[in-house]
Amino acid sequence: MSDRLSVLKTYKLYVGGKFPRSESGRVYEVTDSKGKWLANAPQSSRKDARDAVVAARKAFGGWSGATAYNRGQVLYRVAEMLEGRKAQFVHEVADAEGLSKSRAAEQVEATIDRWVWYAGWTDKIAQVVGGGNPVAGPYFNLSSPEPTGVVAVLAPQESSFLGLVSVLAPVIATGNTAIVVASERSPLPALSLGEVLATSDVPGGVVNVLSGRTAEIATPLASHQDVNAIDLAGADDVLAKELEIAAADNLKRVLRPQPVDNWTATPGIDRLTAFLETKTVWHPTGSLGASGSSY
Amino acid sequence: MASAFDYAPAPESRSVVDIAPSYGLFIDGEFVEAADGKVFKTVSPSTEEVLSEVAQAGSEDVDRAVKAARKAFEKWSALPGSERAKYLFRIARIIQERSRELAVLETLDNGKPIKETRDADLPLVAAHFFYYAGWADKLEHAGFGASPKPLGVAGQVIPWNFPLLMLAWKIAPALATGNTVVLKPAETTPLSALFFADVCRQAGLPRGVVNILPGYGDTGAALVAHPDVNKVAFTGSTAVGKEIARTVAGTRKKVTLELGGKGANIVFDDAPIDQAVEGIVNGIFFNQGQVCCAGSRLLVQESIQDELLDSLKRRLSTLRLGDPLDKNTDIGAINSAEQLSRITSLVEKGAAEGAEPWSPECELPSSGYWFAPTLFTNVTQAHTIARDEIFGPVLSVLTFRTPDEAVAKANNTQYGLSAGIWTEKGSRILAVANKLRAGVVWSNTFNKFDPTSPFGGYKESGFGREGGRHGLEAYLDV
Repeated sequence: MSDRLSVLKTYKLYVGGKFPRSESGRVYEVTDSKGKWLANAPQSSRKDARDAVVAARKAFGGWSGATAYNRGQVLYRVAEMLEGRKAQFVHEVADAEGLSKSRAAEQVEATIDRWVWYAGWTDKIAQVVGGGNPVAGPYFNLSSPEPTGVVAVLAPQESSFLGLVSVLAPVIATGNTAIVVASERSPLPALSLGEVLATSDVPGGVVNVLSGRTAEIATPLASHQDVNAIDLAGADDVLAKELEIAAADNLKRVLRPQPVDNWTATPGIDRLTAFLETKTVWHPTGSLGASGSSY
Repeated sequence: MASAFDYAPAPESRSVVDIAPSYGLFIDGEFVEAADGKVFKTVSPSTEEVLSEVAQAGSEDVDRAVKAARKAFEKWSALPGSERAKYLFRIARIIQERSRELAVLETLDNGKPIKETRDADLPLVAAHFFYYAGWADKLEHAGFGASPKPLGVAGQVIPWNFPLLMLAWKIAPALATGNTVVLKPAETTPLSALFFADVCRQAGLPRGVVNILPGYGDTGAALVAHPDVNKVAFTGSTAVGKEIARTVAGTRKKVTLELGGKGANIVFDDAPIDQAVEGIVNGIFFNQGQVCCAGSRLLVQESIQDELLDSLKRRLSTLRLGDPLDKNTDIGAINSAEQLSRITSLVEKGAAEGAEPWSPECELPSSGYWFAPTLFTNVTQAHTIARDEIFGPVLSVLTFRTPDEAVAKANNTQYGLSAGIWTEKGSRILAVANKLRAGVVWSNTFNKFDPTSPFGGYKESGFGREGGRHGLEAYLDV
């Protein structure tokens, strides 16, 4: 143990590929499970939320238009970058959730594996949930999934890193862009994740991370007319109901909070399909006539 | 415009259908009066003749129907899928047997041409039941887990534009997956749903599995809000859809909404003009334009605008408007006085805002609710008629120069239900279809429907899909 005075990090938001402070200039104190000061996190405002929506919308065309293979490679790259910074995240998760180093390491490893799992889904989900439809007529008819658009994600309050990634990765794997509201009490792993994403070939704006008071940030997101969907994982029942009502204004797709006992369990595809639309394209096939060759 | 080519009347006989002077609510396998004794009249929109007097369900009746459905759910959901399948196959067959009767009934109550009820609505209704019947014993192979479970009681509210078809879209997948239903048909078109109750009787469907509650919006609102309803399915306006989304907030009810649209029909300069014109006409004048996925915005490439519009106007002049029971009729009646006044006021607004209306010479019958096919030119994206759903035989024509501009204009709407693309160039079809934010894209065709083909919207056109394997998800606990 050296007695060197360490260099502390100023935690910042991650919006549009940049690391701004909250435009409000506010911060709030983040402590560990025992109440010891860890850092001052930005306390995002309504304006920060709106800026994040603009960034996410701007990124949507490019990200949703990228090939599924490319998205898979980019997400895999995130896992690679995380692997290299594992020690930092173990430290942050241990502090945030009051875990021993070894328990925190399990969480971080499960998180990295979760990125890998979703990275592999990008170019498979369309075959699982889409397909040709045998319509009764001379038409080619194909249903394909497409991303819903800009998705607001309220990260789980308790599981600051594995929970966060478990709700974020499926949203962007399919080509949506996201605004993530970090766990209110434990935002630091989420803010550090922004630094990983920035160095992982994830285009700026695809993921935007905001910290602060969940209700304060989520309310303008839920009523924002340019947000297409909202995942309420991090909202309590009272807030979730309010946000769902606000979300009805432009018929956002709403994923209600569901109790998750164990974030390490294999998640299935529900979170992938929650933010997908189905597009069905018809085209006449023409006909070569009854006398045409049969081979 | 009398000519040597006028058609002699060719009316379909209405003697094939026997409409009773009054109908009750269909609850727990019986026709009953409303608890408060309320009734309302349903009229034929083409003549304003009163067809029947129908019981109007109130909240007490909703409660009774939901209880009946809940009671029936236990046994119905426990039936082997193969048994549920056979009930649905029976229903499909009985609908085929009675399709002429039901087609005439639907034309009388709705006002749409017999040509459409006979050749589109009824065949699709039977096909839908036939399709979902086959799923009932194959759900474990549908990709929703090894043993997907039904939700319980489904509260379903349907519109007046395709009364029996919308009933089929709602009831067939719900029953196949083991749910029981309480369905509210629209107040202007309750009759085919009540005849369907008789189809259920003939099929021997267990009591309480299907309950039919005619009524107005308040009946639907009570059904949607009922605490013992597990699933809400609604087809109708976006405004009501938003209200429903608010009502179910904070509950565990699963919801699917199929709402309004402002579909763009995009015609490129290399499109086969005659086929495109047929597609445009079908897109906006099918069912008097009272179709959520209607191609109500025509986006035509500037270089062919004149040629296309000349051809389109010539074609519109040949459309025959009149008695919906006449087999030659192309354009029937508007469904209600209320809808007619909505169309009229939006068309007046279109003219007042500077767009130029055009209609073929067209004599409207003296009684009933009628609106001549209309197209507007000089329409900009800011015009009300380019933004609001008119739900009538009114086409707004806009132009574009490049494919990018076409896509941008097509997507410039809060809706996202349907779109059409007309071009001979395959790569352009695929590129444009890929960029359109709409749930159904018809290329070189329009308004095609099939029970195997998922249907539903992006954005404010709602969420969830009806039809196909996708349509099962709405009724399964997944």
